[in-house]
Amino acid sequence: MSEPILFNVDEVALSADRCIKCNVCNTVCPVLPVTDLFPGPKYCGPQAQRFRSGHPVETWVDYCSGCGACSRACPSGVRVAELNARARARMFEQRGIPLKNRLLSRSETLGRMGSKAAPLANFGLNFGPGRVVVERILGVPREAPLPSFSQGSFRRRFRRIPQPERPNLRVGYFCGCTTNYYEPRVGEAAVRVLTRAGIGVELPEQHCCGLPFISNGDFKGARKLAEANLKALLPVIRSGKRVVATSTSCSLTLKHEYREVLGLYGPEWEELAAGVYDAFELLRELAWQGELELDATLTQRVLYHGPCQLRSHGFGFPAADLLGTLGGIELAESGVECCGSAGTYGFKGDKREIAFRVGQPLAARAREHRAEVVACDSETCRWHIQQLTGLPARHPIELLDEAWSQAERTGD
Amino acid sequence: MASRPGYDVLVVGGGATGAGLTRDLAMRGLRCLLVEQSDLAHGTTGHFHGLLHSGARYAVRDAEAADECIVENRIVRRIAAPHVEDTGGLFCWLEGDPDDYPGQLVAGCQKAGIEIEELSVAEARRREPLLTPRLGRAFAVPDATVEPWGLVADNAESAVDHGASIRRYTRLVGLGVEAGRVLWADLEDLGSGERERVEVNFLASAAGYWAGRVASLAGVKLQMAPGWGTMVVMNQRLSSSVVNRCRPPGDGDILVPVGPVSILGTTDTTMDTDNYEITPEEVRFIVTEGAAMVPAAAERRALRVFAGARPLYDPGHQHGASRTLSRSHMVLDHANDGVENFISIVGGKLTTYRLMAEHTADAVCAKLGVDARCRTAEEPLGEARKAPRHYSLGERLTAREQEAGGADADLVCECELVTRDMVREFIESFGTPHIDDMLRALRLGMGPCQGAFCTLRAAGILERMRPSGAAALEPIRLFLDERMKGDRPIMWGDQARQFRLNEIIYRDVLALDHAP
Ligand SMILES: Cc1cc2nc3c(=O)[nH]c(=O)nc-3n(C[C@H](O)[C@H](O)[C@H](O)COP(=O)(O)OP(=O)(O)OC[C@H]3O[C@@H](n4cnc5c(N)ncnc54)[C@H](O)[C@@H]3O)c2cc1C
Repeated sequence: MSEPILFNVDEVALSADRCIKCNVCNTVCPVLPVTDLFPGPKYCGPQAQRFRSGHPVETWVDYCSGCGACSRACPSGVRVAELNARARARMFEQRGIPLKNRLLSRSETLGRMGSKAAPLANFGLNFGPGRVVVERILGVPREAPLPSFSQGSFRRRFRRIPQPERPNLRVGYFCGCTTNYYEPRVGEAAVRVLTRAGIGVELPEQHCCGLPFISNGDFKGARKLAEANLKALLPVIRSGKRVVATSTSCSLTLKHEYREVLGLYGPEWEELAAGVYDAFELLRELAWQGELELDATLTQRVLYHGPCQLRSHGFGFPAADLLGTLGGIELAESGVECCGSAGTYGFKGDKREIAFRVGQPLAARAREHRAEVVACDSETCRWHIQQLTGLPARHPIELLDEAWSQAERTGD
Repeated sequence: MASRPGYDVLVVGGGATGAGLTRDLAMRGLRCLLVEQSDLAHGTTGHFHGLLHSGARYAVRDAEAADECIVENRIVRRIAAPHVEDTGGLFCWLEGDPDDYPGQLVAGCQKAGIEIEELSVAEARRREPLLTPRLGRAFAVPDATVEPWGLVADNAESAVDHGASIRRYTRLVGLGVEAGRVLWADLEDLGSGERERVEVNFLASAAGYWAGRVASLAGVKLQMAPGWGTMVVMNQRLSSSVVNRCRPPGDGDILVPVGPVSILGTTDTTMDTDNYEITPEEVRFIVTEGAAMVPAAAERRALRVFAGARPLYDPGHQHGASRTLSRSHMVLDHANDGVENFISIVGGKLTTYRLMAEHTADAVCAKLGVDARCRTAEEPLGEARKAPRHYSLGERLTAREQEAGGADADLVCECELVTRDMVREFIESFGTPHIDDMLRALRLGMGPCQGAFCTLRAAGILERMRPSGAAALEPIRLFLDERMKGDRPIMWGDQARQFRLNEIIYRDVLALDHAP
């Protein structure tokens, strides 16, 4: 037993004791109703947990998408999804992590390489023959939505955005790998919005949060990144600044997964968790305190989907709360737990079909609302939703940025 | 008057001892009838702690028991491999425990040939992360665990293969003794209530703590001193090896991983009763003592409690604590009491069931003038004949994944991963079982929900296969009553919530109390 902490020792493992078999988790699981390959959260979580101690773990736990709907719904407080994530890691530990998982986890490395040679890399990824190669090596089906590498990382672009002269608040921005390498526009929009709200933004040293490692079963890799982030971000927090993120999956990893899935307990980890905020969470706080006026218009039909990881934050839907106050907006909420993608789940060959089936209610909801755009706080979900709905999917902060830019342009 | 002659030996009691004895006799060519008043292994055998002793527990004070245990431990591992889990055992010396005991333990084990190895505290903690910080020294010994129902079922099957007959739910209710010989026995079928008189050539009683009552049917006085012990079942394993306290044996000093649970225990109260009432004080005591070795025992979910009675024999007719009574077994030839063809086997341990059977069968053969050698130590049982592989905890998970329809939707018992096919197959092979029989054979209803969901499903399958009409709800009531009995003394925390849910399902929603 190399890592006893994963089994039967801590608070999370203890939570399995609370299951009274009520079945609520099975009724909210988005994967269970669309495939026979997954026996469901109750089975893989508290039920199987009793049989696992140090023994080979069954493989169908890998069909859990990790969306966390079960943990959120459990009336008894069982950390079902967390138990599953640990079981999956144990499974890979025993059977070896497939190459495709290894590669998919390395979002930081992939990103760094890709953005250096963006045009070439994009050509390779997005055209027929290239996709066949990607399918073979990464196991990503050729139809799956791969992001394009951006030319020049966000970090380089960040410096060009002007900061407020006398900020009333300073934050450190955790942009995440996707913003840095694939979608710097999200980061740019975030910094513009924050600075317009009178917030001084700095971009501290940071690393991939480690979520792709966690969901691909590589806890060792994930822990290394967690340690590096702790070292980089604690000084920011201790200097009185909050760490603000736009990717709700990155922020959830920093706040929650480090402790509950990776088993990294201790006062520093608590401190890190308490110091990390979602950008909209902060903006909503300012708005509630009367320190922020949105006062802008966005005449669009928007379907807002609060991604599963955002739901696990347990702070409601701050982006939807703020978007809803914009003039002219026709905003509807998706009302579904998960789009199907749940991180890199929907990217892996055999899971793609499942992710699509899970996403159908969301697609139907978008059609019903006659949405022109889908807003969603998580990057992989946005890519998946674009394919699901054929609509552009954007980070809500881009929409707010757009509304404010328009207001500025028309305002004077 | 007596019907159905033709048995060489009537064996009373289908525990480990009786089943083992029947097998042994049958393998020696004797025709046997085994009668058991309940299901096989329903007595003490089905209510024990689960430990296949290495003998280390006895090494300091009872060298003979230690010798027997280590020899039988090795034999049972081989002949009944699938029912044995090779967990290993640890003796944990905690700060404050007697300083001289570890030395005595090591010496005793070495003398008995029990492999014992001192581990560093760090190594012990690596193996068992939940061990107390008070751990001062740790010793590894070849303890194991053994699943009693499978073991007994395999012995019974082998006995039948060698020509024996077995009747479950059949009680011996009367014996006819004339001129110092048992001539006939009255057997009552507890299902139909019918009685039958069978001719007796030789009577062997392996009736556990009931042995005194069986003997009295023949007018023989045999004083038993049943030693009741209580055990607490925890929802998850707290350790992967058997954890023993390294001090002179006493109450509440063992923690045994059995299947997916851990069992804490035990106690010892001499009382001649069939309905031992477990007290909350006992439970608290056991949990506290268990928590001294593994502190999590105090916080984790307890599933149920149960008690069993040691079949201890009181040769001097003295009373008092049974721990001072002899724990080794004794073959009693009742010729000494004036009945020629009657032998009882009393005392002993589950670990030594085979040896007890051997000694008894030797005595029976000697009396019957049969010259046949015991072969039970060499010939493996059941599956062990094909693949001598030990049980491992993950077995069922792996099996469920490999079979079509093994997933949740096809589970009858979710907690113990029992599928519809397993239940069907069992009913087919058994006749008309009680749901409790499914528990012993399949572990159905043993898990955290204590029958909340499986009871109804199992009863449904049973009713479809063996229609009973008006009596269809009876098995549900019987089973749930039994489950609730084991829940009552631990009605706190998670199990209290579970119990309430179960009540809501059966009392409030299904109105079982008001159904016909
Ligand atoms: C609390 C406790 C913990 C224990 N822990 C361990 C342990 O960890 N390891 C170990 O090796 N040993 C242990 N033991 C000892 C062990 O369980 C017993 O010694 C063993 O199970 C006895 O088996 P048996 O077949 O002799 O008796 P039983 O299993 O009691 O079998 C006797 C059978 O006879 C039947 N019977 C009685 N009267 C009649 C009748 N008139 N007609 C028909 N049938 C009848 C009964 O129904 C019963 O099934 C423990 C005992 C107790 C009480």
